[in-house]
Amino acid sequence: MVGIRSYGGYIPRFRLNRMAIFGNMGWLNPANMMNAQGEKAVANFDEDSVTMAVAAALDCIKGFERSEIGGIYFASTTAPYKERLNANIVAGALAADERIRTADFAGGIKAGTTAVIAALDAVGAGSVNNVVVAAADCRLGKMGSPQELLFGDGAAAVLVGDEDVIAEYKGSFSSGYDFVDHMRGAESRFDRQWEDRWIRDVGINQFIPEAINGLCEKFGLSPSDFSKIIYPTYYGGARKKINKVLGLEPEKVEDNLQVSVGDTGTAHSLLMLAKTLEQANPGDKILLVSYGSGCDALYFEVTENIKKLAPRRAVSGHLARRADLDNYTKYLVWRRIVPADLGLRGEEDKWTRWSLVWRKHKLILGMLGSKCKKCGTQQFPDQRICINPDCGAVDEMEPVYVSDKGGRIFSFTSDMLAASTNPPAMYGGVDINGGGRFVMDFTDCTLDDLAVGKPVEFTFRIKFYDSKRDITNYFWKAIPISEEAE
Amino acid sequence: MAEGIKDKVVILGMGCTRFGERWDASPEDLLLEAFLECIEDAGIDKNDIQAAWLSTHIDEINVGKGGNFLGLTLHLPYLPITRTENFCASGTEAFRGACYGVASGAYDIALAVGIEKLKDTGYGGLPDSPAFGQMAQMIMPNATAPGMFAQLASAYSARYKIPMEKVKEAMTHVSWKSHQNGAKNPRAHLRRPVTKEQIMGSPMIAYPLGLFDCCGVSDGCACAVVTTPEIGSKIKPNEDLVKVKALQVSVSSGEEIWYNKWDGAGMITTRTAARKAYEEAGIKDPRKEINLMEVHDCFSITELVTMEDLGISEAGKAPEDILDGFFDLDGQIPCQSDGGLKCFGHPIGASGLRMLYEVYNQLLGRWPEERAVKDAQIGLTHNLGGVPNQNVCSVAIIGRD
Repeated sequence: MVGIRSYGGYIPRFRLNRMAIFGNMGWLNPANMMNAQGEKAVANFDEDSVTMAVAAALDCIKGFERSEIGGIYFASTTAPYKERLNANIVAGALAADERIRTADFAGGIKAGTTAVIAALDAVGAGSVNNVVVAAADCRLGKMGSPQELLFGDGAAAVLVGDEDVIAEYKGSFSSGYDFVDHMRGAESRFDRQWEDRWIRDVGINQFIPEAINGLCEKFGLSPSDFSKIIYPTYYGGARKKINKVLGLEPEKVEDNLQVSVGDTGTAHSLLMLAKTLEQANPGDKILLVSYGSGCDALYFEVTENIKKLAPRRAVSGHLARRADLDNYTKYLVWRRIVPADLGLRGEEDKWTRWSLVWRKHKLILGMLGSKCKKCGTQQFPDQRICINPDCGAVDEMEPVYVSDKGGRIFSFTSDMLAASTNPPAMYGGVDINGGGRFVMDFTDCTLDDLAVGKPVEFTFRIKFYDSKRDITNYFWKAIPISEEAE
Repeated sequence: MAEGIKDKVVILGMGCTRFGERWDASPEDLLLEAFLECIEDAGIDKNDIQAAWLSTHIDEINVGKGGNFLGLTLHLPYLPITRTENFCASGTEAFRGACYGVASGAYDIALAVGIEKLKDTGYGGLPDSPAFGQMAQMIMPNATAPGMFAQLASAYSARYKIPMEKVKEAMTHVSWKSHQNGAKNPRAHLRRPVTKEQIMGSPMIAYPLGLFDCCGVSDGCACAVVTTPEIGSKIKPNEDLVKVKALQVSVSSGEEIWYNKWDGAGMITTRTAARKAYEEAGIKDPRKEINLMEVHDCFSITELVTMEDLGISEAGKAPEDILDGFFDLDGQIPCQSDGGLKCFGHPIGASGLRMLYEVYNQLLGRWPEERAVKDAQIGLTHNLGGVPNQNVCSVAIIGRD
């Protein structure tokens, strides 16, 4: 039986109240008032689509062996690299085997579900198994644009396989239209859209019903046979129209997360799916639709296995884990929409030496440590000579990834001198659970969250961005967590 | 069995520039200022020097790599010149090189020079450079020196269960005391006495270090000429000679940063170098036998923990000694009688030699009454380079018989 084995979600901790954006930019576009309800999720200064996809994928594979992963598909229209397979960075962070199938899906925002279909088909064909599909987006609207208000940042992931599936895959219907409602050229950072009324009436109101009807026809079903229906659109009028035309009961149509997160692009349908699966019961028939350069409609039926799935943060947990982003200009600086002066210290050139990065890629991406076979001491980074002074064994190590171990704060500071777009830079010593110590950046926290002895978990983040060469580097950081959460 | 360096080398002369923001002085000017004072004090001619060691830390914005700067500026006659770089211990390393050169019998007279021109960076604090190599840049925090040393305070407070307010009070006294001393020193970078309220209220640089917990970043140069006791007595027959009693260096093993045993509340390297230095110098009870110290007070917390690492204060008791005035100019062991890194300034490559310059002159009783340490016979200098979890420490002990 082919289907979804697990799911995960990720919503960045910072939420920007849309009125804060409107308060700054409403002068330019007063009509944007109608888009200024609720809040949008905003990636932290050290997050992007890759890091968010990793977070969702880690949430998704909770309780599964990483060695079982047979493929990693990454979907995004805001990938940090055009050339350099972004999925391989995700795979590295997951410490997956490197002899697996990896692919990036992009172009239109339906790419998230297209990646899921590609995974389902590949598993169905017996060509791979246990494919992690992670979709994430971090799309930008220009200052004062509707998109700036409507888009949010987030990620979702599913594990596609043929054993113990929690949602059996029944089939799909797809369409692809060169209907350019939103676009970004190869050199553009900001979304550009055509008139809303045209998008709504000629795009969404036509293509989504077509996909749903197409799927129903294919399987001899009617929309009312589904217990949960997922389709993305932030146009309230379109939702009403689609529900009416298809005879959908509004309580079966899932929340579009617009008020709490915003439109997360390629991730959005999958994020809504993850939220739906949190509450799903065996026997539920789920209709999942994406929209953007066409549509994908997928049909799943929830199985008994959903009751056995290990608990995870998923969407609700991340929605609850929130903090206000207190100012709009921080958002502008973090997304590099406006230039900020980090002082001359911030101008020092930081090269990325790719041959070095390759040599150490398991350490950098996967947080590879080692464990001494002689004395059992776990250490990080991986050592050739055992760090235990009473042992000192040479080349007696076995690899051990420590990214999921977490640790405790050994020492800390909050540094105003270090060049950062999110000062003060917080970092300190961390004793890794099970052994080993390292100096790590702290993120998603304030100085008040730091104390010697406090537990931390590790999160894959942007280490530094080299604007001169457009290189994003990644490594792991520590997030203080409460004792109970450990 | 190694005998160590004790009494095998004497300091014949020393020189030191005024430290500070020497906007108008080139490295060549700074070198000449210190060197001319040094050879005059030594009573020798440039051509008597047989070998030289040059200490600089940040070559990129300073004088470049290698020993060439020294040879080219002083037009030394094709001498063996070696550049030493070992973080903030670089100056003491140049001195160690010169001393070992003389003690080995390879040379009669050797020169050690330390210089740093830091104020051409364009910004405050030390330059942002990949000091721990390219790999560190990929996985270590984009840390600054204050941020790394500040962590000593959080670990110290946790280790000895001393509230941060109390630690901060002692740190404040450390900086206050150095400002008191620096104000009296015409060569010091920062020459204004400040109140404890000013120190406490200064803007936060890296929690819990405020601006006044951090030393000055300066331009400067210091140098020493060393020789054997026999030659020294011939050149200066009627003068007291300052002898080298111990020179020790200790470098981190990786345990501090990667293993789980270090307490983070002091430096294992300092503890190691101090123990070996006392052994080399024949010192049994440093708290009683040492008369003055110049330690590496790059940050107030560094000086605080160093008092324990050097075995002067008991573990967890440095704050008490500090607040009791034990290390004040009129205390039992004056520490930083010249203002220290805090106020004399910290041109990295020069600092080790600057400390020796202060102790040397104090031992010879050359300083005016108001800032003299009376009847001092044994003095200690201490450098700590790198960052607490991966560092280089040097300890030097010099004395007058």
